[in-house]
Amino acid sequence: MSNQNRTIYGGKVNREKPINFVFNGKSYIGYQGDTLASALLANDVHLIGRSFKYHRARGILTAGSEEPNAIVQLGLGARTEPNIRATEIELYEGLEASSQNCWPSVNFDIGAMNNFLSRIFPAGFYYKTFKWPPSMWLFYEHFIRKAAGLGQSPTAKNPDRYEQKFYYTDITIVGGGISGLLAALGAGRSGCKVLLIDENPELGGYLLDYNFSINEKDGKKWLKKIIEELNGLANVTILKRTTAMGYYDYNYLTALEKVTNHHVEFSSTLPRERYWRIRSKKVILAQGAFERPLVFADNDRPGIMMASAGQKYLSRYGVLPGKSVVLFTNNDHAYLTAFEFVEKGAKVTVVDTRDLLNARTSEKCKSLNITVYKSYSVIKTYGNKKVNRIEIQQVDKNQNQLTGEVENIHTDCVLMSGGWNPAVQLFSQSRGKLKYDLKINTFVPDKIIENQKIIGSNNGQFNLQENLNESFEAGIAAANELNFNSVEKVNWTGKEEIEFTHSDVEPYMLGKKKVTKGSKHFIDFQNDVTAADIFLAQREGYISVEHTKRYTTTGMGTDQGKTSNVNALALMSHIHNKPVDEIGHTTFRPPYAPQTIGAIAGRSVDKLFDPERKTSMHEWHVENKAVFEDVGQWKRPYYFPQNKEDIHQAVKRECLAVRNSLGILDASTLGKIDLQGPDAAKFLNMIYTNAWSKLEIGSCRYGLMCNEHGMIFDDGVTSKLGENHYHMTTTTGGAARVMSWLEEFLQTEWLDMKVFCTSVTEQWAVLSISGPNSREFLKDLTNIDLSKESFPFMKFREGEVCGVKARVFRISFTGELSYEVNVPARYGRYVWEKFMEHGKKYNITPYGTETMHVLRAEKGFIIVGQDTDGSVTPSDMNMDWIVSKKKEDFLGKRSFTRSDTVRHDRKKFVGLLVNDKKTVLPEGSHIVEKALKQPPMKMLGHITSSYYSPTLGYPIALAMLKDGFSKMGEQVVVPLMNGKIIEATVTDTIFYDKEGKRNNE
Amino acid sequence: MFIINCPYCGERDQTEFTCHGEAHIARPDNPSEISDEEWGRYLFFRENPKGTHFERWTHDHGCRRWFNVMRDTVTDQIIKTYKMGEAKPEISNE
Repeated sequence: MSNQNRTIYGGKVNREKPINFVFNGKSYIGYQGDTLASALLANDVHLIGRSFKYHRARGILTAGSEEPNAIVQLGLGARTEPNIRATEIELYEGLEASSQNCWPSVNFDIGAMNNFLSRIFPAGFYYKTFKWPPSMWLFYEHFIRKAAGLGQSPTAKNPDRYEQKFYYTDITIVGGGISGLLAALGAGRSGCKVLLIDENPELGGYLLDYNFSINEKDGKKWLKKIIEELNGLANVTILKRTTAMGYYDYNYLTALEKVTNHHVEFSSTLPRERYWRIRSKKVILAQGAFERPLVFADNDRPGIMMASAGQKYLSRYGVLPGKSVVLFTNNDHAYLTAFEFVEKGAKVTVVDTRDLLNARTSEKCKSLNITVYKSYSVIKTYGNKKVNRIEIQQVDKNQNQLTGEVENIHTDCVLMSGGWNPAVQLFSQSRGKLKYDLKINTFVPDKIIENQKIIGSNNGQFNLQENLNESFEAGIAAANELNFNSVEKVNWTGKEEIEFTHSDVEPYMLGKKKVTKGSKHFIDFQNDVTAADIFLAQREGYISVEHTKRYTTTGMGTDQGKTSNVNALALMSHIHNKPVDEIGHTTFRPPYAPQTIGAIAGRSVDKLFDPERKTSMHEWHVENKAVFEDVGQWKRPYYFPQNKEDIHQAVKRECLAVRNSLGILDASTLGKIDLQGPDAAKFLNMIYTNAWSKLEIGSCRYGLMCNEHGMIFDDGVTSKLGENHYHMTTTTGGAARVMSWLEEFLQTEWLDMKVFCTSVTEQWAVLSISGPNSREFLKDLTNIDLSKESFPFMKFREGEVCGVKARVFRISFTGELSYEVNVPARYGRYVWEKFMEHGKKYNITPYGTETMHVLRAEKGFIIVGQDTDGSVTPSDMNMDWIVSKKKEDFLGKRSFTRSDTVRHDRKKFVGLLVNDKKTVLPEGSHIVEKALKQPPMKMLGHITSSYYSPTLGYPIALAMLKDGFSKMGEQVVVPLMNGKIIEATVTDTIFYDKEGKRNNE
Repeated sequence: MFIINCPYCGERDQTEFTCHGEAHIARPDNPSEISDEEWGRYLFFRENPKGTHFERWTHDHGCRRWFNVMRDTVTDQIIKTYKMGEAKPEISNE
């Protein structure tokens, strides 16, 4: 039998369009317009999942985004998604969903034994039980996570596309119920740019499900007209299926639009979801309110749902969730649902916590044959996988206790209504302040911080008549404040059969003495938090709301307590006998509802995650099989393997080629800054530790930069191109940082200095040729006189190289005779290829960053960021030679005399040679005072660079060692991860060509 | 997410800017003559007020200029932005 709970007529589903779907492996039929929840209820499926902690049977509590119980695993394979609310899933052909948190099945769930062991699972159970020993937590956690989890994450990569949209508008209205629609109409008629956001597939909100009249005519037709007019306004953009997720400073909102989630096939042209980033001059919040559950024993059984949800299933989807229905309420408005159910053929009994009932309501109940138990409460429910019986008892409000006989009612559906809570989440995110309203017993907006209005039931205002006119006027007023013309006000007369009345929140009052024993009075359905847990938290001293929340986990689920928060606070207020305002509330944070990470990432995935920077020779490297390494965003050749060489073989070959003949390195990624201005030399004197005043045109100088703490933060060679014109180079990774550093001081400290900095990193391609044959090689390709006398070491010359205008610097990072040839970037590959061709007779060998590192380590040249880590001074690096004693001031100088920087036992930069002449120490290894079997060991330093040196035939290492300069020749020990202990001898840092003859050739 | 009025470019989204902490801390003219304590004060000590704060920002993804921002740390309202070198505005008592 299919759709056995569907009413004969009614509802807005399209009964001509059946839709096949699968739940827990079983096929069902729903109709177009159904949600998964309504289609399941129509097919008499009430058991949807198992609860988080006790694995209790759970059904469908609500009909909207606040749903805590009916969360399912949706879809299969790479597209599967956990924790999706069945109440929001629009049915599509072939949909597959399954229950979560149960094994082997939702009907027979092993974990349900937790329910019978619940006495030992109170709030704080895990904290108390798995505390000792601390090291075991990771072991326990594995099993706890498994037992107390929700759905499963997909393991494959998500194949869908997500997009982001930046949007600027005059007014954003959140919520497409009656208030939001009328505000949009008021603002829209005024002509300003309006964005209306609603999370549902259909506009209209609450009024879609209830009967009402406007000017004494059918309200639904009027509502349709309003929506039609809005659709026709070019200045109004309407986003349906879009949830406002975050509300940040200066009216910045984020919203998630479901674009194709509800489609049968995923589109190849449309994204699955679109993430909106909205900046709005004004925001009008009109999100409405959530109905509040009542707290009684076993209030969580399938078949127990909110009255408004019952109303929606019946009137929107034509689904009668039960035939013998009990309405448990503390307010009049819920009686509308009772009447609706009777009309569609259900037998209804009302249990009302109050003793006074509106006369007209009373009359109508009598005429519809509805039994009303006044001053009664539901005290217990029964039914294994669905409610089948309840117990009720009279309430003595004065004595605050139950009295009289316990009566039984057989039922298949309990509708409950404990009043309404405005959806203040976004308002609170915008730092709006809340106050507790004693008339409607809930938190309502008080003080607005942003340029914002909040209207309708979202503002605690539930009267239809007042909301109609005030909402429309709020829209007009907002437009007015943005200097748009006023439009005429309209007066509508709106009527509901029963107006909202005030409700008392008495969450558990009834039977409070027994509350901690036996059955469970659920406050937070998703996290299985009961009234007893809230009591326990108070007894154990977790009295602040924030502590109660974290200790009990109330309000911490994927629903973030949309149905539970106010009840928890009301209960705390009762326990402490304090007004709720004094109890306060927890902080609301984005996102408003769970959202996909994919949407936040948008298109910034894979290749688009981070820009890739490539030099002008990059394609040559690719064609010649370079292995690349990422240096910041740059792609740099790591090494160039030939035949089947591994990295060690390739690096060895490349190193020896440079030492013996000729190597070529693409050094284009080095940071390059062009400095010009009459104060450039003065500026360099302040920025670098050494002196620059006497540098001649055509000369280069190595410089070290320190921050004001005296710590090294970059280095490089700067050359004087002309009077007042310098070319500065920086490390590849430090280029942007150095540029900012220069700008900072020029713009904030030395405003009178006339210096201009321009980043020219990408304007120049740099070909660094190095090796004893480099002069011979370059001689044939340039008009520059390369003779030792006319172009010595640390000089710069301009001329032509391969017919291209070039700047050639005679500087060396390898210790060999070297030339750094800079040509305009667009000629980079041309010159590179000419070099490769002409260099054949010298066996010119392209080398990568690894060979560069080995060669410079053999010479003891530091790499800032590898050998230094932001905590070392020039003195620590044995580089006092580059710190001027004469300059009165430069950045970092003052800190060199701080007591900490002059300390003798600071770590110093030394070389290490392993005694076995074969172990390459892993970089990062510790040098210890004495090697023990296991830590702790007293540490003396660490290895910063370590390589096998092909030139020398044995490994070399650079290290930071405590008081290292006075330990030359001494033995140290380095324990490795594999248990081996390596002995090494402390040396200076230059391993090859100590006199520096080779680069002076 | 603020909207910041760059004194050179006008109103732009916060993502274009970087904050660099408290403003109006001048580098001492004579570092070699001052005590460790005074130097330490320049390097490390900051106000962190509740209320009006003066801070340095850069328009990195724009004109790359440094400027000062007067911001209320409680409400996050930016009261004023002004160029480097301009006088520190008075804090009104309203």
